[in-house]
Amino acid sequence: MSTFDTGHVFEAKKLSYDYPGGIAALKKLSFAIGAGELVALVGANGSGKSTLLKLMDGLIFPTGGELLALGQSLSENAFKSGEFRLDFRRRVGLVFQDADVQLFSPTVWDEVTFGPLQLGISKNEVVSRGQEVLQLLGLAHLKERPPYLLSGGEKKKVSLASVLSLHPQVLLLDEPTTGLDPWSQGNLIDFLLQWADKDKCLVFSTQDLDIVEEIASRVIIIGAEHNIVADGKPEDFLSDPDLLLRTNLVHEHSHRHKDLVHRHPHVHEHHHND
Amino acid sequence: MTGEGFLTKNISGITHTLESVIVAEDLCRAPGLLQRLDPRAKVVTFALFIVTVGLARSFWPLSAIFALILAVTAASRISMGFFLKRIFLFIPIFTLVIAIPALFVTPGSPLVTMASKVIITEQGARTAGLLFLRVTDSMSFGVLLILTTRWTSVLAALRWLRMPSLLVDILGMTYRYIFLLLHSTNSMFLARRSRTLGSFSSNENRRWLTRALGTTMVKSRHLSEDVYLAMLSRGYQGETRVLNDFKMEYRDFLWVAFALVAVSVAIWSNRL
Repeated sequence: MSTFDTGHVFEAKKLSYDYPGGIAALKKLSFAIGAGELVALVGANGSGKSTLLKLMDGLIFPTGGELLALGQSLSENAFKSGEFRLDFRRRVGLVFQDADVQLFSPTVWDEVTFGPLQLGISKNEVVSRGQEVLQLLGLAHLKERPPYLLSGGEKKKVSLASVLSLHPQVLLLDEPTTGLDPWSQGNLIDFLLQWADKDKCLVFSTQDLDIVEEIASRVIIIGAEHNIVADGKPEDFLSDPDLLLRTNLVHEHSHRHKDLVHRHPHVHEHHHND
Repeated sequence: MTGEGFLTKNISGITHTLESVIVAEDLCRAPGLLQRLDPRAKVVTFALFIVTVGLARSFWPLSAIFALILAVTAASRISMGFFLKRIFLFIPIFTLVIAIPALFVTPGSPLVTMASKVIITEQGARTAGLLFLRVTDSMSFGVLLILTTRWTSVLAALRWLRMPSLLVDILGMTYRYIFLLLHSTNSMFLARRSRTLGSFSSNENRRWLTRALGTTMVKSRHLSEDVYLAMLSRGYQGETRVLNDFKMEYRDFLWVAFALVAVSVAIWSNRL
């Protein structure tokens, strides 16, 4: 399996996931994601976005319905096959929301070389990839630094570098801009737009509607009931304040204009025509 | 000092001490004798020295080894005050509990008699003295290794020595996450202090401390589950593969030879 020759990259069929104890995290989600798509998973806190990304990365498995990735149903049995596991891990990378979870190695260099080494890539190639991603993200000066001594923004960058060294075709990002200052956010957006092309697939979860507008070609909104409430182009939703309000993505707040107090949703309605 | 102040100061003190002992990056990079040695040479020879110290039955090899430690410390450009402070910070914890009773309970000829009934025996003083020197020497090697070798290199050397991969991974993760959890605990103490006025009784402090420890344990369990998933996500299959770029040079072989001679002399002196 060298390219996306299997049709959809991901296909969810009534996908459900319950936490131990029966608490629902996701309810009967159905969607298909193809190559070249830049998909934003949008939803309020606790809607199940992170759980969905873990399911898409084959780290946890559906408790109902089915999730296919690269043409194969994701299940514990599927990952028992060494060939599939190796192929899947080489092609799909997940950047966790909490960088401290992602960065478990003693130094930045160990971190960026960890993935390729575990996947049996030759040592020369591992070194070359490690140097390449450190250069790409401007992290070369931090090579020998322990993750413990990095700033929040640096940790996020190293997390991304640790996955990019796998040369994945599918990149899953959990809340990539959380905790980043505006300059770092801008850099990340620029990088992701350059990274993405028709042979790759980017799926990211976020609550930041600005990044959705700048990156995504498609939005899937997950509601408080853990189901999909909307799926389509970003411009269709970002201009629908009622939908955003209903899904807790914007808030209605009060303003005082002299003696007059009125309430309206806080949403930006500017759009680019080109 | 209120109970809360005592607790907060202890936790932040432990954090600070651990950080200053373990994260000595600038010392690891100093152009000293031990810093220039291959980590494998250091780990193997220090382990040999520690075994020898454990077997020593008289004062002079232990004292000679401590003199050697001090000479090597100086040659590694480590401030003597800094080094001794770190050694003698830990030694009382490990030795006092055992050494002090040994002074009084070991049978033998009296050395000092206090209040006509409390007797320190000659054999007791010897036992306590030997224990103190053994712990001092062993601790010194451990501290020297950490101060002059990056933790990653220590772990890599342990892997090279065929220590089980899982054990090395656990050591690495402990180092990686201990500070995160200590800082999280510190933040809990600060958050509590920011919301309270006055002081608490010892009972209240103990109850709160128990809850804080429980919360930290739950946090660490969640963290460990997520870290494991993050490892799986990048291809971990139960055994970590690493890049090793060690290279033994002339000076490393020289150091190993010197250590072997020193250890042999110490063992030989035991027989006299």
